[in-house]
Amino acid sequence: MSMPMFPVGDDPGSSFPELLKRVGLGPAMQSSGDLSVPHATTCVALRFADGVVMAGDRRATSGNLISHRGMEKVVQADRHSGVTIAGAAGPAMEMIKLFQLQLEHYEKVEGSSLSLEGKANQLSMMVRGNLPAAMQGMVVVPIFAGYDLRRGTGRLFTYDVTGGRYEEHDYVATGSGMLHAGTVIKIAWRDGLSREAAVALACRGLWEAADADSATGGPDALRGIYPVVATITADGWQRLDDTELATTFTSIAEEVRSR
Amino acid sequence: MSMPFYVAPEQIMKDRADYARKGIARGRALVAVRYIDGIALVAENPSNTLRKISEIYDRIAFAGVGKYNEFDQLRVAGVRAADLKGFQYSRDDVDARSLANNYAQILGQIFTHEMKPMEVEILVAEVGHDGSDDQLFHILYDGTVMDEKRYSVLGGDAEAISARMDDHHADDQSMSGAILSATSALSGPDRTLTAADLEVAVLSRRNGRRCFQRLSDTDVAAALAG
Repeated sequence: MSMPMFPVGDDPGSSFPELLKRVGLGPAMQSSGDLSVPHATTCVALRFADGVVMAGDRRATSGNLISHRGMEKVVQADRHSGVTIAGAAGPAMEMIKLFQLQLEHYEKVEGSSLSLEGKANQLSMMVRGNLPAAMQGMVVVPIFAGYDLRRGTGRLFTYDVTGGRYEEHDYVATGSGMLHAGTVIKIAWRDGLSREAAVALACRGLWEAADADSATGGPDALRGIYPVVATITADGWQRLDDTELATTFTSIAEEVRSR
Repeated sequence: MSMPFYVAPEQIMKDRADYARKGIARGRALVAVRYIDGIALVAENPSNTLRKISEIYDRIAFAGVGKYNEFDQLRVAGVRAADLKGFQYSRDDVDARSLANNYAQILGQIFTHEMKPMEVEILVAEVGHDGSDDQLFHILYDGTVMDEKRYSVLGGDAEAISARMDDHHADDQSMSGAILSATSALSGPDRTLTAADLEVAVLSRRNGRRCFQRLSDTDVAAALAG
């Protein structure tokens, strides 16, 4: 592959999607018709004292079948942000890959990272770009969360299919289990939660969603598959390991049993 | 109609090379040196914002001396080529050798066909999974590529600095040792360079996926203190 050079005044700048278009690797034409593709479900994010917690179950479904048990819907976008997806798995994965690349590409070309607000707007444009596919049922609805280094706080953003961007102050839930997970978190959320309390609350939200929604997977101790839970603080992204999650879910199970 | 004077091709090439060399010799030098966990890049650069050293990809760094706008254009082209290749194939398929070849093509093309050659010398460095895979590609204004083994010196006064590197350099030095030896080679016996005069970055095997890391003035000062 040759090196892409552009004349001054006709340069794609630090935008990776624009660069892809210019070299002929832009988004493929969307096929029409109703496609049955795997869907990913419940994701939550909430703010706590030092930043944000993001969590998502691992199940992907095609209609009434479980198509994947170990899907990772919560992924790191860059050092201080993460993104979760609910919706059609294929386009969502592609969108996340492109989003991660765009953040890194911008950082390398410009020599500094985008602001958290800038990242959130960038994702908004990508979701809007997916609108034609969304009309055919390939809906992708992400949550974007991160630690805003300039303001010194965690921030949450949610989107609709048209690319509308809404900043949430306390917590957010998306996907088929959003009502259950959202309600659990809504009741127990307090300002300035500790990391442990915030992680336990996110897990509890997913637990209740999995309990009531067939498309959301619960913790699978048999296979050792636990939801993906991560915290983002001033020190960056950190994914929780399965041992910690196993303990959290065991205590939730015991609490439920004792009711 | 007046006829242009005939100028021998040898003379044209020589003039262009002299022109480029003069431009490069005016700038300050840069040294890249291998150390036990990676590659350290040390440039004499009083600016804290206009960088000579930057990240291209996970394991690849770029360094340039000479005319800033020219090597910066090459840097951005390199980032684009690397990100596109990683997107199209896989992150593992992005390598310094093919980037260096691309750069050599561009510089060679400009040297022979354009009015003015680029007044730059660039380096593409790749840190391997172990020390034996480390690569340093030094590319000149006319597209000449050199594959260097232990260290690489770019810019004005390169010969004297190389001679000093030969005296100071050891193969299994630590990061601070590498920065120290590169700095003393850059400064020579008559000057002292402080952290504020230097731009330092490393490609470290210990940094996870993205090996590139800039060192703050405090880190550099600590390394220079030994």
